[in-house]
Amino acid sequence: MLARAIDQLVRHEGPRVLAGLIRWSGDFDLAEEAFQAACTQALEQWPRRGLPERPGGWLTTVARRRLADLLRRRRPSLPLEGPLAEALAADESEPQESEPEVEDDRLRLLFTVCHPALGQEAQVALALRTLCGLTTQEIARAHLEVEATTAQRLVRAKRKIAEARIPFEVPAADRLAERLAGVLSTIYLVFNEGFSATAGEAWIRADLCAEAIRLGRLVVELLPREPEAEGLLALMLLHDARRPARTAADGTLVPLEEQDRTLWSRELIAEGTALLDGAVSRGAPGSYQLQAAIAALHARASRPEDTDWPQIAALYGALLRHSPSPIVELNAAAAVAMAHGPEAGLAWMDRLERSGELAEYHLLPAARADLLRRLGRVAEARAAYRRALELVRHPAERRFLERRLGEVG
Amino acid sequence: MQYIVLIYGNEKGWSSLAKGQAEKMYADYRKYTEDLSRAGVLRGGSELKPTTAATTIRVRDGKRQVTDGPFAETKEQVGGYYLIDVPDLEAALDWAARCPGALDGSIEVRPLAQSAEM
Repeated sequence: MLARAIDQLVRHEGPRVLAGLIRWSGDFDLAEEAFQAACTQALEQWPRRGLPERPGGWLTTVARRRLADLLRRRRPSLPLEGPLAEALAADESEPQESEPEVEDDRLRLLFTVCHPALGQEAQVALALRTLCGLTTQEIARAHLEVEATTAQRLVRAKRKIAEARIPFEVPAADRLAERLAGVLSTIYLVFNEGFSATAGEAWIRADLCAEAIRLGRLVVELLPREPEAEGLLALMLLHDARRPARTAADGTLVPLEEQDRTLWSRELIAEGTALLDGAVSRGAPGSYQLQAAIAALHARASRPEDTDWPQIAALYGALLRHSPSPIVELNAAAAVAMAHGPEAGLAWMDRLERSGELAEYHLLPAARADLLRRLGRVAEARAAYRRALELVRHPAERRFLERRLGEVG
Repeated sequence: MQYIVLIYGNEKGWSSLAKGQAEKMYADYRKYTEDLSRAGVLRGGSELKPTTAATTIRVRDGKRQVTDGPFAETKEQVGGYYLIDVPDLEAALDWAARCPGALDGSIEVRPLAQSAEM
């Protein structure tokens, strides 16, 4: 029990401590090594001596001394200087002084690991490793890859940071918007890996969503009044609110219109909606705010027939103008079908199909099949469901489509 | 920290520029070089002759194999380079983004090996 509590504490405090160590050493590997040593020492000492008053401060102090040893061993001729030396001197006099700058360190770390000079997969892996404290094994499991592949991805990314000298800093004001967009898209990628049903063990996927939300909260907390950061957090909370209703006991995916809405988390919906209201009031719309607004309209409807489809269709229209993509277009077409009748939506989807842009995407034939079914065009609906089944990958989605095909008769 | 800024583009495009356009391009590069120099970050650089002037050599079993043309045929070729000395990648990217070639080609930014902290 105590070991578990300590483990959670370390996980909670870890990213702050590690971020500080990285700033002091400028070296991810040394910082991680020092941090691991401090964790090991905590697991050894805390059960015997009891928890320190400020576990984060304790970990920082111990890890920092270790880091200094490691640096001295690596460069014996060089005296320690700069912020680490100052911090060590402070440790001597006051072992657990307060650390006003640690918050900034986590934000610096987030911008560093989400630097566009790193590949997106590397960004995700590094963020999960350093800011969420996931082990390499957990990250590998979440991405369905062998641990060695993840480990190598992390090694390469850390080497790139060192060799190309990616700075450990929050970008200057004139670059902030552009860089923040990259950070947000990496966080949303983590969330979607957890949320969109591709594959993998359910528990680790729920974990990814929780970690993405944690990162989203971190950005909103450390970089307040950024409407798109608030919009992304709202969007993730509103999606996550529906999690308990999304899969049936047998693992089948339950579509929105069939979900038991009493299972949706009112708490998360309230939090997400309040965040979104705050974001929108800043008068700088963006794609996350628009998507969150759509999710909020779904969340507000206590029965499917109460859904404000004309408003949702209008929001998809705005989203399409803001960030055009064939997938947004497909969603817009589906919303138009709900708001203004299946024919209107079907005509749009047929155009999309002819464009060939979503040729390999199973949700296009699945959405067409749904509209054809509603229009009573049974033979065409059946053909479209079969096409969707040829393309679908995830078992839960496959079961759902098979069920629908059976219902069409 | 030293970085090489490699300017990639379609050299056929460069050679077929109208006179006025070519003059403007050279003026833009002169201005950029001056800016680098004034900021104290410039360590070297040059425009390169087109790859039609390139010769490739390999030595195998003590024998020289000399061939006409570049090492690899690619869509975009290196047309020139700068060597700059700046604190970190962010600063290097800021300078690279101001290179006239970034507007129609691509700029590769790479740290020099001996420049890395050992």
